[in-house]
Amino acid sequence: MGIGLLGKKLGMTQIFDDNGNAVPVTVIKTGPCRVVQKKISDKEGYNALQIGFDEVQKTNRINKPLMGHFNKGSVSPLKLLREFRVTAEEIEGNEVGSEITVDIFEPGEFVDVTGTSKGKGFAGVIKRHGFKGQSASRGTHEYFRHGGSIGQNMTPGRTYKGRKMPGHMGAKRVTVQSLKVVDVRGDTNILLVEGAIPGPTNGYVMVRKAVKKS
Amino acid sequence: MNETIDLIEKEHMRLDLAETNVGDNVRVYTKIFEGDKERIQVFEGVVIRKRGGNTRATFTVRKVSYGVGIEKTFPMHSPLIDKIEILSKSKIRRAKLYYLRYLRGKAAKLKEKRD
Repeated sequence: MGIGLLGKKLGMTQIFDDNGNAVPVTVIKTGPCRVVQKKISDKEGYNALQIGFDEVQKTNRINKPLMGHFNKGSVSPLKLLREFRVTAEEIEGNEVGSEITVDIFEPGEFVDVTGTSKGKGFAGVIKRHGFKGQSASRGTHEYFRHGGSIGQNMTPGRTYKGRKMPGHMGAKRVTVQSLKVVDVRGDTNILLVEGAIPGPTNGYVMVRKAVKKS
Repeated sequence: MNETIDLIEKEHMRLDLAETNVGDNVRVYTKIFEGDKERIQVFEGVVIRKRGGNTRATFTVRKVSYGVGIEKTFPMHSPLIDKIEILSKSKIRRAKLYYLRYLRGKAAKLKEKRD
């Protein structure tokens, strides 16, 4: 999978490219991230790097076990910790405490962005699954946004698993793949990505190199 | 609006263009690319609407051509705009001049503002 970055979604705007086209972009503040822990297959059973982002201002709010974890690598406490599965060679190149900046990405590259989508609460089938609902006229009585039938009769005598029904929508992990990197600003740690990414403004996101496109 | 986003938008803004206001008679020169050739197209009319802020701002110019009303919306900070000429300004009492769409001929004329 390779190493990625952690960041914060700052919001969206619109800029112009070289041809004069307006491009919708999402502004992400990414890094500088720090390597907090190295996980090696001999010890932990798999190869990964644990990365931290967003320094904690009030360190007294960090509990002792977590503080110990940071002290072990002599890294200042960070708000968000995530692991990236990497190869053994990539582990060699990164020491605990070393900084990973936005410069690992280049304009024109493609990235996958993972975040927690906006919560929509308990949603009906029209919003949640895109059902059509019923006709507003021709005698429909109190049955406009319902899902309709949920199955057959005696055979099979039950509702199939996976039937689309109302329920909680959003607030789950979502990955948007193959988004183009429009601009990388190393001095301010800003990444501009074409298109929308999951989550609200100020939500944490994970940016990795695209799996399906390069 | 986030400060960082504000700064990014400021970089892409065209501050060299003349500032248009609603009611102005303007001539907008836009670059048009045909294959590898570039030419300038002129659109002349009255500004009936301005909307949005920073790089996202647009303005709409209306003209009547051979009896048919034509409206064209330009991104205010588009790099494709070569220049904007302001021919005259008008006395107006609204922010959006949509009512011009229902008027023809002399009734659709705006009172000119003289300094």
